[in-house]
Amino acid sequence: MSTIVLSSLHIVLPLLAAPLLPGIINRTKAILAGRRGQPVLQGYFDLLKLVRKGAVYSRTTTWLFRAGPIVNLVTIAMGLLLVPFGGSKALFGFDGDLILFAYLLGLGRFFVVAAALDTGSSFEGMGASREVTFSMLAEPTLFIGLFALSRLSGSMSLSGILYSTGVTGWSVGAPVLVSGAFFMIYLSENARIPVDDPATHLELTMIHEVMVLDHGGPDFALVSYGAALKLWLLGMLLVGVFSPNLAEAPLWFREGYALLGMFVLSVGVGVVESLMARVRLLKVPQLLIGAGALSVLAVILVLE
Amino acid sequence: MSLEILLAAIAVLLLSGVASLIVRRSPGAATFVAVSGALLACLMGLVAAVIVLSGGGYDYLEWAWSIPGGSFALGVDALSAVFLIILFFVSIPVCLFGVPYLRTYGSRQNLGAAWFFTCLLIASMAMVVLARNAVLFLVSWELMSVSSFFLVTFEKGKPEARSASLIYLVAAHIGAALLLVLFLLLGRDGSLDFDQFSVAGNAGLLFILCLLGFGSKAGFVPMHVWLPEAHPAAPSHISALMSGVMIKMGIYGIFRTITFLGNPQPWWGWLLLGIGVTSGTLGVLFALAQHDVKRLLAYHSVENIGIIAMGLGLGLLGLSYGSLPIAVLGFGGAIFHVVNHALFKGLLFLSAGAMAHTTGTREMDKLGGLLKRMPWTASLFLVGSVAICGLPPLNGFASEFLVYMAGLYGSTGTIGGTAVAGLVGMSSLALIGGLAIACFTKVFGVVFLGEPRSVNAGDVHDASPTMTVSMMILGAACLAVGLLAPFAVKALIPVIAIIAHTPLGIAREAVTRATAPLYTVTSVSLILVGVILAAVLLRSMLLRGRIVRTAGTWDCGYAAPSARMQYTAPSFVLPITGLFNRVLKTRRHRERPDGLFPTAAAIETHTPDIFQERLFRPILAGTERLLGVFRWLQHGNVHIYVLYILITLLVLMFWKMR
Repeated sequence: MSTIVLSSLHIVLPLLAAPLLPGIINRTKAILAGRRGQPVLQGYFDLLKLVRKGAVYSRTTTWLFRAGPIVNLVTIAMGLLLVPFGGSKALFGFDGDLILFAYLLGLGRFFVVAAALDTGSSFEGMGASREVTFSMLAEPTLFIGLFALSRLSGSMSLSGILYSTGVTGWSVGAPVLVSGAFFMIYLSENARIPVDDPATHLELTMIHEVMVLDHGGPDFALVSYGAALKLWLLGMLLVGVFSPNLAEAPLWFREGYALLGMFVLSVGVGVVESLMARVRLLKVPQLLIGAGALSVLAVILVLE
Repeated sequence: MSLEILLAAIAVLLLSGVASLIVRRSPGAATFVAVSGALLACLMGLVAAVIVLSGGGYDYLEWAWSIPGGSFALGVDALSAVFLIILFFVSIPVCLFGVPYLRTYGSRQNLGAAWFFTCLLIASMAMVVLARNAVLFLVSWELMSVSSFFLVTFEKGKPEARSASLIYLVAAHIGAALLLVLFLLLGRDGSLDFDQFSVAGNAGLLFILCLLGFGSKAGFVPMHVWLPEAHPAAPSHISALMSGVMIKMGIYGIFRTITFLGNPQPWWGWLLLGIGVTSGTLGVLFALAQHDVKRLLAYHSVENIGIIAMGLGLGLLGLSYGSLPIAVLGFGGAIFHVVNHALFKGLLFLSAGAMAHTTGTREMDKLGGLLKRMPWTASLFLVGSVAICGLPPLNGFASEFLVYMAGLYGSTGTIGGTAVAGLVGMSSLALIGGLAIACFTKVFGVVFLGEPRSVNAGDVHDASPTMTVSMMILGAACLAVGLLAPFAVKALIPVIAIIAHTPLGIAREAVTRATAPLYTVTSVSLILVGVILAAVLLRSMLLRGRIVRTAGTWDCGYAAPSARMQYTAPSFVLPITGLFNRVLKTRRHRERPDGLFPTAAAIETHTPDIFQERLFRPILAGTERLLGVFRWLQHGNVHIYVLYILITLLVLMFWKMR
């Protein structure tokens, strides 16, 4: 019984705490740039403000435009049912859940892209086009990496794969390679530097931000909340890969490890964004294919 | 008993087809006779096939037939029954859809003939799956090819329909010729009945022949070249039938032949997996580069046949390496994807047909904004798109999930071969999945969203009620099979047992254990649907009492944007087609802006099929040159031909006397 309570808590926690992550990233960037920066809780303030607003819709749009942010948010929230946190089993951990996980994100992406195209704007079309291209390149990397970890851990479920490859795996090195690959996917899927710049001003160069140009009010609140939740969800995946074997550890240590991992990851993203410029759009595929190569190397190590 | 019902259904189909031909003078009467007969037959056949599949029984019947080597041997087992179910189920909406679709052709074309060939096509496909004798099988196969050929040529006036049907005819007969060899080799012991076939040591050769012969119908790369020609040329409901069901007859043939060939060699599995990966990725890549909706859908059939072949290949590898879970998951995924592809591809072709019928064009870049103008057609196309991308909660996900699971079992298994196969399968499925999302967001976005790009697309209305109902049948089936996937798989267990050469009990246990995760998938899917509905409700309450306004789309301050300025289909996929241009070889014709005050500029892209351009065209041209040597034999003079016949007879006579 207690495991179910714990797993349920691991779903409630991200739903409440996810807007902190963009706050931590922004704070890190501000500190590194020598500014004070916005409060860490700014994400919550923005959401509250947006939720209370009315809405302005483009005349071109249809119900699909309104459905996009909802479906995206719900699919990401569904992902929380599948990814374990801190080595405890996820609420719906089962053999093959990693496939459902990837395809749920795919469903969300389908609707975000369709909602962008619903506006009939060239700029949003451009963003949508880039989004499908980059995620198409990221998807095989994700699966190859998970395949390597699955072979290493002998499990077909995310709950068995994550937080378990540590001791035996580190000596082989595959989890390190997969962590590197997944970090690239994490940055790309969450639209961070070096793939995309969430703070950019020019529509022509945006990827993710441009797709939601026409969303406002409560719709944009759903979009922002979804983005924060996605940071948490994919962060959970990455922290779980880059982890020692926590099977024997006490509960407080596992929880603490995962929470600390999320914090360090967010600070890391802030550091990356402060140190790097985004790469040219044409170079992004090379970056993602490089990540794929890391995953393939991991598989080769695992297959021997 | 069930076999008699099926025979009666076939008889009803043939009779109503002939009757429709007789009353062809009146298009209305011809349509009514054929459609009511076909619907009755489909319902009868559906009932009988469901009885066979649920009872797992095997029904056999044999009548003497005066053709050498032939016997009128019919049988129906679970494998036949699955194909019969998709045939009869998809035929119902197809026939319904055909009624309003063909009505506009009524004054110019012979609808009686069109309906006759439709009935004949359905009947011959049923015969193909029932036949248990090689001669009967080949005759049915030929009837199927010929009747579909006449349906492809329905719009005889259009030159592209004529050239497409010619390509189709040639491809179908090259395949049929190989099948002839296959069956002659299988029946070397004298009898051409299926249950007396002997492999006699050359199983490998037979397997290759079967892949070539049946693969050309199924659309394996590089034998797929006829699909992107024939599917767009045929009337849309016929495309749905051809793509949803007829190409699956090739898959049926492969399944059936595998049951003759005994224990598989590992290289069979590798070969099929390789074919699957190539067909899957090339199919979706070429689909991305297309401008014509139906041509794009045809390439997606190649992609989905690739996924089926991947499942089949993984299954064979599982069998040959001795891993039963991989075998049942691979075969289960393949056969389940056959069913699912029939449903969503049928739906997509019908809704694309409804769209093309109303707007008069299939060029994506002339369309746009149809979700507002044709809400039903567009929403049903959306259902089909989500299903074909393999996204939950619809049916495409369930079958791809099984194929993925076969790969995952390889990852945890101890056998090196299945591990590599599993990795190859999983990573290419992931790539195909990503590309399919790109492709269908493109189609749906460009055709149904945004603003109309031409007058055609602006002033239209939704499809007729009959069309809408027929699309809804398939759309509802996609959702139902997606949500009830575990039960659908349970119904397929007898089929999996047949393909995997495994006793039913063992197969049942293996399938039940390996597909248990589907129950959890279903519960997550149900929660997903529930939460989405709740969120929609919540959000609509959120906006109550607030100011909701409409305005123009944000255009970065540009004053007068026009619909032509929207992102186009080729631009949308350019980053991807650019990455793969070595394979696609897209041709660009550019008219650059010229001078200080340029008036006009244009760009046009065209992606021909490389296999047709680089493989078949040279081969066919070479054959023509080679055979041109004999051209002097042809004079068109009847006397000389009579002389040829006489000489032949004399030669034969002397040969016999010797």
